[in-house]
Amino acid sequence: MKDLLSRVGLWRRGAVIAVPYLWLLLFFLVPFLIVFGISLSEAVIAQPPYAPLVDWLHDEDAGTSKLQLVLNLSNYLRLGEDELYVLAYLNSLKIALVTTVCCLLIGYPMAYAIAKAEPAKRGPLMMLVILPFWTSFLIRIYAWIGILKANGVVDNLLRWTGITTEPFELLYSDWAVYIGMTYCYLPFMVLPLYATLEKLDPTLLEAAADLGCRPWKAFLTVTLPLSLPGIVAGSLLVFIPSVGEFVTPELLGGPDTLMIGRVLWNEFFANRDWPVASAVAIALLLFLVVPIMAFQHVQGRQTEAGR
Amino acid sequence: MAVQPIRKPTRLEPWQDPAQTPYVRIEKVTKAFGDFVAVDDVSLSIYRGEFFALLGGSGSGKTTLLRMLAGFETPTEGKIYIDGVDMAGIPPYERPVNMMFQSYALFPHMSVEQNVAFGLRQDGVPKGEIRERVAEMLDLVQLGRFAKRKPHQLSGGQRQRVALARSLVKRPKLLLLDEPLGALDKRLREQTQFELVNLQEKLGVTFIVVTHDQEEAMTMSSRIAVMNHGVIAQVGTPTEIYEYPQSRFVAEFIGSVNMFEGRVVEDEADHVLIRSEEAGCNLYIDHGVSGPEGATVAVAVRPEKIALSKEPPPGADGRNMARGIVREIAYLGDVSIYLVELNTGKTVRVTAPNLTRRTEMPITWDDSVYLTWQPFANVVLTQ
Repeated sequence: MKDLLSRVGLWRRGAVIAVPYLWLLLFFLVPFLIVFGISLSEAVIAQPPYAPLVDWLHDEDAGTSKLQLVLNLSNYLRLGEDELYVLAYLNSLKIALVTTVCCLLIGYPMAYAIAKAEPAKRGPLMMLVILPFWTSFLIRIYAWIGILKANGVVDNLLRWTGITTEPFELLYSDWAVYIGMTYCYLPFMVLPLYATLEKLDPTLLEAAADLGCRPWKAFLTVTLPLSLPGIVAGSLLVFIPSVGEFVTPELLGGPDTLMIGRVLWNEFFANRDWPVASAVAIALLLFLVVPIMAFQHVQGRQTEAGR
Repeated sequence: MAVQPIRKPTRLEPWQDPAQTPYVRIEKVTKAFGDFVAVDDVSLSIYRGEFFALLGGSGSGKTTLLRMLAGFETPTEGKIYIDGVDMAGIPPYERPVNMMFQSYALFPHMSVEQNVAFGLRQDGVPKGEIRERVAEMLDLVQLGRFAKRKPHQLSGGQRQRVALARSLVKRPKLLLLDEPLGALDKRLREQTQFELVNLQEKLGVTFIVVTHDQEEAMTMSSRIAVMNHGVIAQVGTPTEIYEYPQSRFVAEFIGSVNMFEGRVVEDEADHVLIRSEEAGCNLYIDHGVSGPEGATVAVAVRPEKIALSKEPPPGADGRNMARGIVREIAYLGDVSIYLVELNTGKTVRVTAPNLTRRTEMPITWDDSVYLTWQPFANVVLTQ
């Protein structure tokens, strides 16, 4: 009886862990495998627009049938051969990098100021950071269009102050993409930075000052190195989605703003070449996620050892 | 009253020597946080080479006073002079003091060596000299083997010594220690107390230490300032504080004490007689007390100064003698504590050393006993 009870207990505990695993399996691993499968197939004009990987061939004359597996690696080869893809990858990395750096430069002082504010004020200040999420992402991007376009807020302000006389348009340029993406991803940088900075023991700074360290140097030698985990977490949270970003460059960027998300969209919807689109997605994943995961694994082991 | 200093009996202590100028002078310092007055009009003079303890319970203002010396808090009123220099407006990183923090505040991302070297690097000391001085300091605190470790790889006692090394490596003239032994267990604490005193005497650094542990303050310091509610209740050597407490608070805070309320009936130049209903006898003191006749006073008698006997001791004249019944006995090995209920109803605490091996008790539960003590044991508290 007792044995049975403990078995039920074990089963229950197993079930609790199983739920997230099932979730990941169903909504992450299975779609990933489907996309991976498509990337290895050939484009055909059909519904769906790709050839099946596995085919059951039946030979009427010989009376035999065979199972045929066709793996098509040419989609991946195309990624390396066609300059478009390489350029799109590099440009995506550049835009993501600039966005991350901008978010860090703006987000760090914000997080620092909030962490240093009186405890009663920290909640409302954090609220202000998160508040934009309560409105639709698209509406906020459209608001930026209104600000950046010719005859928009920025243009009018510049002309009113006499800095420019010609119409000035920021919209449809890489600058607009940087502004829009920095704006969108800033909270993802501020949140983890705030979490680490708030935990920082203020007596460490007192100890630094006591040992003759000026405030600015104490920031560089104590605060900054100790907030590194927050910087890494925030940067990853901004960088990873930025690389594959589609909506912001599509709406704010110029026709020559080349990003991998756009290329993917074009392959998928304009060219209806699902296999190449899938190959683009898988390659992006491998280039980006694998090194980051390896890095996090190493860092995780270090913090583990740190305890 | 004549006071016999115990630490260095041959020479005049600096605070008794009018030719000495104090190294730290705290003048009428007040610190208020909003409505709360943490430190209230405190004046203190601390001399070069002293081991000075600020002793008090939590919220007594001792840590705030220390933090004002380090420069982390600014006095609301009053002045602080260190080595004759007014410290107003001088930031912590420019003060000639170092502090050892209660939490140690070791930099978690730096090794033991780097932690100790931090202060020297700020001063731009040449690399070779830094290496030498850090190694020397780590040897002094017996941590040479652990130089490459990170703080989290050390035990509590080792961390404490790193913190000490880090605060001493810059050779400060004044070291502030905030509960330096607070996080250590009892055995380690006792051992470290003596190490700290030896180190302080060896280096000749002035130590100001904040502690809530009276035993710690008594063992280590040359002088103690007892603080209560932001005010200094008494300043003196450990002996003065223990044997001649000036107020009820000090008497009760340091050690245990029996307190008898009484009325002055005779007040002469060479003796005082106090009638105490609580003690059930007259209390005789062999020196004069400045106080009006008929005034109500409290008389403190330390538990170890009272003798217990079943028969009245020879020559007893009824003064400084009470009668009661033993209610509780606590055997602590070296001493025993007796709680005696006097005939007047008051319970008195008596400690007696266990001079013989005691399997049968000469005095035991429910024995009727005489309590006697010498005239010098009575301490009249006028405050």
